[in-house]
Amino acid sequence: MLHKAGAGHTGGPLGMMEIITALYFSAMSHDPKNPTDPDRDRFILANGHTCPALYVALCRAGYFPKEELQHLRQLGSPLQGHPKLNVKWGIEMSTGSLGQGMSVANGIAFAARLDKKDYTVYSFHSDGEAQEGMLWEAALTAGHHRLDNRIGFLDFNGIQIDGFNKDIKDVSPLADKFEAFRWAVRNIDGNNMAEVLDAIDWAKKTKGKPKMIIATTILGKGVSIFENKPKYHGVAPSDEELAIALKELGEGA
Amino acid sequence: MAENIATREAYGRALESLGETHPNVVVLDADLSCSTKTAYFAKKFPERFFNMGVSEQDMMGTAAGLSLCGKIPFASSFAMFATGRAFEIVRNSIAYPHLNVKICATHAGLTVGEDGASHQALVDIAIMRALPGMTVIVPADATETRQVISAVAEYVGPVYVRLSRASTPVLFGEDYHFEIGKAQVLRKGKDLTLLSCGLMVGHCLQAAEILKTQGLDCAVINMATVKPLDEETLKQWAKTTGMVMTVEEHSIIGGLGSACAEVLAESALCPVHRYGVKDQFGQSGKASDLLKHYKLMPEDIAAEAKRFCSGD
Repeated sequence: MLHKAGAGHTGGPLGMMEIITALYFSAMSHDPKNPTDPDRDRFILANGHTCPALYVALCRAGYFPKEELQHLRQLGSPLQGHPKLNVKWGIEMSTGSLGQGMSVANGIAFAARLDKKDYTVYSFHSDGEAQEGMLWEAALTAGHHRLDNRIGFLDFNGIQIDGFNKDIKDVSPLADKFEAFRWAVRNIDGNNMAEVLDAIDWAKKTKGKPKMIIATTILGKGVSIFENKPKYHGVAPSDEELAIALKELGEGA
Repeated sequence: MAENIATREAYGRALESLGETHPNVVVLDADLSCSTKTAYFAKKFPERFFNMGVSEQDMMGTAAGLSLCGKIPFASSFAMFATGRAFEIVRNSIAYPHLNVKICATHAGLTVGEDGASHQALVDIAIMRALPGMTVIVPADATETRQVISAVAEYVGPVYVRLSRASTPVLFGEDYHFEIGKAQVLRKGKDLTLLSCGLMVGHCLQAAEILKTQGLDCAVINMATVKPLDEETLKQWAKTTGMVMTVEEHSIIGGLGSACAEVLAESALCPVHRYGVKDQFGQSGKASDLLKHYKLMPEDIAAEAKRFCSGD
């Protein structure tokens, strides 16, 4: 679909598919037939540029027909280049400008507390996003208020638009930072499904604190020509690249 | 002599009452609750009050999240930080998804006073009204503020309410009726329309008295809702008086004056003169001294109106 759109972010979504799959097809309580259920778990994609991963999961889960994926980034499509709030299609918030999603997720978590509801609010972040100051304002809020209905993921693929995170402005060590902000933290291999599921299980059981799962992932996972290449953070695949990718991923064109 | 009450004080008390009748109202502040007067609500409804600390961006994002779950968040800080520091969050996390968040900012304009230019929001109306779907309201006194707060709690969608630190005269009695998007004609006249919002409404009423003694019969309109602008009333009085002068405690770039000038220029109805703070920053001083220095007192407005009408 990115190939058809002619623009978009290729690498990030491929690296986060295990986590998105684990959430939408195992961990989260949600019902595409009742998308406004006040008791549903929520997912906020703070690094909205990786939305193709979310759109694919929502489509497979049954929120909207498959052909809609072909309209990604096209005029009039609800599938905007960055997510636009559309609860009926499972998109819980407009995101894309980095750093804002964690505050939004906290707000939803505060509402759960006020309404005495036990749903979980998941948020998904990136290592590049950790360079935004607002993310840390929100991290402090969740830690201070012991928002234990909050589970965050931080996708650490080490790559941002202009290159490698360690060269541009190194956000490490992230675990120490979140622990200092009073979060419970676990480091995992985000491309290992067993580790992802185990970490979510741990996070649900851990009470009294917000939980951050720092997932080391490989940008462009599964396609040899994309893996760990900063170039593929923000471009769509060409005809040739698409053919290679589909072959390696075992999908028919 | 009319009683003096700051619009921020009226806001705080109105929120306190709203808490009783609206269980979904929640209030957020960024460590300024004693100044913005949200502390009254906080004391009465501590479980529905969120002190976000000195984190205006986080406050706006959190308010957005609360609104997604059906809460009616009122988020307060000084106008400088609510609209300046947090602008992009207001734009992308509140205005773009058209969430039901009420941004009620105090200490707007020059009348912040002694804190000086760093804290004097003079372009907040300009930047808030440029956002699609954002309603912008500037109440003129304590009575109107109370009615504005009730009205915006019922209205669904993002709203920016601009409030003041300074104690100012109560202009309106309980028979006053505020409605979102409707201008109030406070005084009729045939020579010039003085069109204003916020603290300058009272000054315009006084200016009209001064001008009357000089032979100029002025209409005075309170355009409390800057967006959506009551174009019908504006055009009607532009036709009636043939001249419009806008007066605001805000930069003449982008505020109420610009909003009115846009409409009047497109309809080519009459000459319009924007009066307010010129393209400059403020400075420290007592609120009353600042209003004199920047020529926003009734006599200054009257003198300017006289010049405008005589074609100088």
